[in-house]
Amino acid sequence: MFTLIGNIVRCLFRKPVTRLYPVEVKPAVAGCRGQLHIRIEECIFCGACQRRCPANAITVGKQPKSWTLDPYRCIVCGYCVEVCPKKCLVMRPEHFKP
Amino acid sequence: MQTTATSAFPTRNTVIPFGPQHPVLPEPLQLRLVLEDERVVEALPAIGYCHRGLEKIAEKKDFIQNVYLVERICGICSFMHSLTYCQGIEELMKVDVPSRAKHLRVVWAELHRMHSHLLFLGLVSDAFGFENLFMQLWRVREHILEIMEKTAGARIMLSVCSIGGVRRDLDDGQMAEVLRVLDRVEHELEEILPTLMNDYSVRQRLCGVGLLSPDKAHDLGAVGPTARASGIPMDHRQTGYAAYGDLGGVTPVTETAGDCYARIMIRVRELHQSAEFVRKAIQKIPAGPIAVPVKGNPDGEVLVRMEQPRGELIFYIKGNGTRNLERFRARTPTFANLPALLHMLPGCQLADVPVIILSIDPCISCTER
Ligand code: SF4
Ligand code: SF4
Repeated sequence: MFTLIGNIVRCLFRKPVTRLYPVEVKPAVAGCRGQLHIRIEECIFCGACQRRCPANAITVGKQPKSWTLDPYRCIVCGYCVEVCPKKCLVMRPEHFKP
Repeated sequence: MQTTATSAFPTRNTVIPFGPQHPVLPEPLQLRLVLEDERVVEALPAIGYCHRGLEKIAEKKDFIQNVYLVERICGICSFMHSLTYCQGIEELMKVDVPSRAKHLRVVWAELHRMHSHLLFLGLVSDAFGFENLFMQLWRVREHILEIMEKTAGARIMLSVCSIGGVRRDLDDGQMAEVLRVLDRVEHELEEILPTLMNDYSVRQRLCGVGLLSPDKAHDLGAVGPTARASGIPMDHRQTGYAAYGDLGGVTPVTETAGDCYARIMIRVRELHQSAEFVRKAIQKIPAGPIAVPVKGNPDGEVLVRMEQPRGELIFYIKGNGTRNLERFRARTPTFANLPALLHMLPGCQLADVPVIILSIDPCISCTER
């Protein structure tokens, strides 16, 4: 009947498991897919990322040259990063801040 | 609430619309409960509150994009959906997946099963009013989510399964960390689970509630833990897909009572079984590539079945030699368990309804896709 007593006592003296978000933000985990970033100077505007993106989040313009990402559509799957021929797309571990 | 005296219900019955928004329901399902005093005499389901037309979208996207789409059928067993889909396409295209990828798939699939079962145990504890257990179990679940974030790059939507293999490899350090986390999870559960299993008040709420006999479970087509709790030894991992065959096969965890307590015990015991599978998969993982390149488009049709945390998942995939699929169809375990749920409810008390509904671990977003 009192199997949780030890746990309760320990919890009394321990600091909370939860964080006071947004005051305290969880540090980004290395390798995590947080948000998509482009090194635009290397991009050749080939449009491969736009064609492959499952969420239609990327729009690439040829004339004038433009590359835009709708961060609210992006599902951070990382498929575009894999298909980019110039490897100019990178996934950063920090999450997108609204 | 409405009171009826129709010919279908000759006595004065009360009809309570249970859901779609209800504190215990994690997702929108409506059950119209016909009550005689506090006793349920009939339960009428109404689904369709979160239909997203995913099967239709799957015909519009190309078959590789669909991996990320089907993953979003369900948030809790996302990896299982992508795994099933990839296995289906691989079967159609006759792709031979490297053994290392198969082992990594088992690691992530079983971690997913563990987090799903911990989520379920937490929710069901909350449903019978044991909020402390709910918080403890979800705290433990957090360790698994964190290790998935470190290994796969996301907490829930792993997106690591791809057609032909997996997208990420685990190095020795990461594997050691997975094992450390498993030990820690099991150590913490050792303290919490006895309360769930043996506490007097918990047993009072669960034992003998929502009975499902083995015959009924079979006739109504129950799947997964709901069927296993009624003594039906049915687990699709027995077919040895991914690396389960190489890991010594699967013996289904079964209980015989068929009540809510048995259904919860199945999950408790499967937590340890899953941890064991992750350990075995990491122990036996061979070196080698993690994916093979896939050329061409899928042609023909295939039916794939897999064991999800909630039961058997079936995907029907029909390709026509182009990049788009001709038809994609999903039959999810909750859909198969709903008839069993409707059979369990009549005769129970209104206060037991939340626990009975949660005991099948309903996932409505998969059911409606
Ligand atoms: S695939 Fe790469 S190079 Fe091509 S448009 Fe996209 S970001 Fe630019
Ligand atoms: S990460 Fe995925 S969803 Fe986001 S832009 Fe790239 S392909 Fe599209």
